[in-house]
Amino acid sequence: MEATPKEQPKVQPKAPPEFFVSIGPHMRTEESTAKIMWTVNAALLPATLMSVYFFGLPAILVIIVSILAAVMAEAGMQKLLKKDVTVSDGSAFLTGLLIAMNVPANIPLYIPAVASVVAIAITKHLFGGLGYNVFNPALIGRAFILVSFAKPMTTYTQPVANIMAMDAKTMATPLSLLKEDGIAKLLEVYPNIYQDLLMGNRAGSLGETATIALLLGAVFLMIKRYITWHIPITFIATVGLLTWVFGGKSGLMTGDPLFHMMSGGLILGAFFMATDYVTGPSIRIAQVLFGVSCGALTVLIRLKGGYPEGVMFAILLMNCFAPLLDRGMRSRVFGKAAAKGVKK
Amino acid sequence: MTTDKVNYGTIIKNGIFGENPVFRLALSLCPAVAVTSGVKNGFLMGVAVLFVMTMVNGTVSLLRNFINPKVRIPSYMFIIATWVTVTDLVMAAYARDVYKQMGLYIMLIVAFAIVLSRAEMFASKNKLIPSMVDGAAMGMGFLLALVLLGIFREALGKGSLWGYKFVETKPLLIMIMPTGGFFAMGLMMGWLNWIDRKFFGGTGGGGGGH
Repeated sequence: MEATPKEQPKVQPKAPPEFFVSIGPHMRTEESTAKIMWTVNAALLPATLMSVYFFGLPAILVIIVSILAAVMAEAGMQKLLKKDVTVSDGSAFLTGLLIAMNVPANIPLYIPAVASVVAIAITKHLFGGLGYNVFNPALIGRAFILVSFAKPMTTYTQPVANIMAMDAKTMATPLSLLKEDGIAKLLEVYPNIYQDLLMGNRAGSLGETATIALLLGAVFLMIKRYITWHIPITFIATVGLLTWVFGGKSGLMTGDPLFHMMSGGLILGAFFMATDYVTGPSIRIAQVLFGVSCGALTVLIRLKGGYPEGVMFAILLMNCFAPLLDRGMRSRVFGKAAAKGVKK
Repeated sequence: MTTDKVNYGTIIKNGIFGENPVFRLALSLCPAVAVTSGVKNGFLMGVAVLFVMTMVNGTVSLLRNFINPKVRIPSYMFIIATWVTVTDLVMAAYARDVYKQMGLYIMLIVAFAIVLSRAEMFASKNKLIPSMVDGAAMGMGFLLALVLLGIFREALGKGSLWGYKFVETKPLLIMIMPTGGFFAMGLMMGWLNWIDRKFFGGTGGGGGGH
C-alpha cells in the first residue's frame, strides 16, 4: 500500500475546448510519502514531549542522537548506492524517532546510534530501500541492540519529571516486576499502577510510557485515515483477551487485561509500528489476522517466554508472514478463470 | 575435463575463488555459520574439511571405474564416512581440547554437501592427482571462507582474534550468536560479489559465476 502517486504534470488547460477528453486518472490524491511520514512524526510528538517531561535531558540527547544517526545513515547509504537522497521525506527521521522511543533514557548514546545505522543501512537499504524492506527497520535496530547490549538496554530509570536531572535511580518496569517478583512487589513499587500507566509515570523505554499521549497521536492518525483499526485494535484486544484468560495466577479468567494492555510497548508497537505500510499486510482481513497473531505471540512471550516484553518480537515474526497473509487473503477476480496448469 | 592435459592453476583458482564453496556455491552454510564464532574453531574445522575432501576425492577417483553408477551415491557416502571417522579418531587422540568443543561438528562433515558434490562432479570423472588437487583447492576455499567469517565475527563479537583480546570495549555480542552468523554471511557474500563485479568483471551472484 505504497501511497506514492507519481508526480504527474497537470494537463488540464485553463479554458477547456468544447470536447476535451483526457486520459485517466482524473482524480489525484494530495498524499505523498513525505506527507504521511511527517504526519506520523507529528503524531508521535505528544509522546515525545511526555518522555522529555518525565526523563529530562537524557531523553533529549537520546532522541537527537538516534534521529541524527538514522538520517545520516540514510543519506550515506543512498549516496553509496547512487540513489537519490530522500532524507527530507521523513522516513529515516521516523525510524530514528521510533528507535529513540524504544530505548531507556539513560543509555550510553552510541547504542541508539548503532541501532539507527543497523536499521537504515542493513534492514532498509540492503533490502532495496523504502518500500522493499521485509522487516520494520526500527524494530530490527532495537532487536540488534537488545541482544548485543542486554544490560544497558534493560536498565530502566525512574521518571524524574525534572528537565536537568542527569542521573536518575534505576527502577524496574512494571512488566519485569510482574514477571520476576509477582503482583505484590509490583503494587509496592507502583501504588497507583493504572494511573501511572496511563500518564506514563513509570520506568520504561522513552516513548512507551505515556499511554494517553500515544493514544492521542493514534486517534489523530486514525482521523486522518493514515491507519485503520484493523491491525492495532485487534492486536491490543487480543492481548487483553488472552491475558485476561491466561494471565492470572489463580486460574483462568483472573488476569488483568487493563494492566497488560497499557504496559510495555504495546500501545506504541500496535499503533505506530505494526501499522507500517511496507512491512504489514494491506488487505483488510489479512490485517485483522496479522493483528490477532501479533497479540497472541506477544502474550505467549510475556507470560511464558524469557523476556518480560514480547511486542517487538511478535511484530518482527509477523512481518515475515505479511506477504503470505496478503497472498492467501487475496480475493478472486470475478469472472477470471484459473490459468491452466498453474496450481495455487 | 576428461582430457589428459589438466590445468592445475585453473582448478585451484576455481576452488578458492570462482566456485568458493561457501560464498559462491552457497553449500555447507550450516557449519559455516555454526563454527565460525571464533577464528580458531573456523580454522580447525577448515583444516578437517580440507583433509577429508582431499582424501575423499582421491579415493573416489581411484575407485571411479569400479563403482556401479546406480549405487554411486551410497558408495561415496561410505568413502566420506570412512575418512571422517579417520579425522574424528585422530582428533580425539591428539587434540583433546579442541575435540571436546568441535567433536559434534567433525562428525557432521559426513553430511556436508560440498564433499559429496565434489566427489560426484569432479572426482568421479577425473584422474587421481587432479581430483586430489581439486579436493584440496575446494577445502582451501572452505577454510579461507571460514577463517574470514571467523575473523569478522570474533573481532566484532568478542573484540578478540584467536582468543587474544585487542580491545576492552563492550563488543557487539550479537555477532557471535547464530543471528550474527547470518548477518556476517550475508554481508560478506554481498561484499565479495561487489568486489568481483567491480574489479574482476565477474557477474557476481552465487551459483558458480564465471
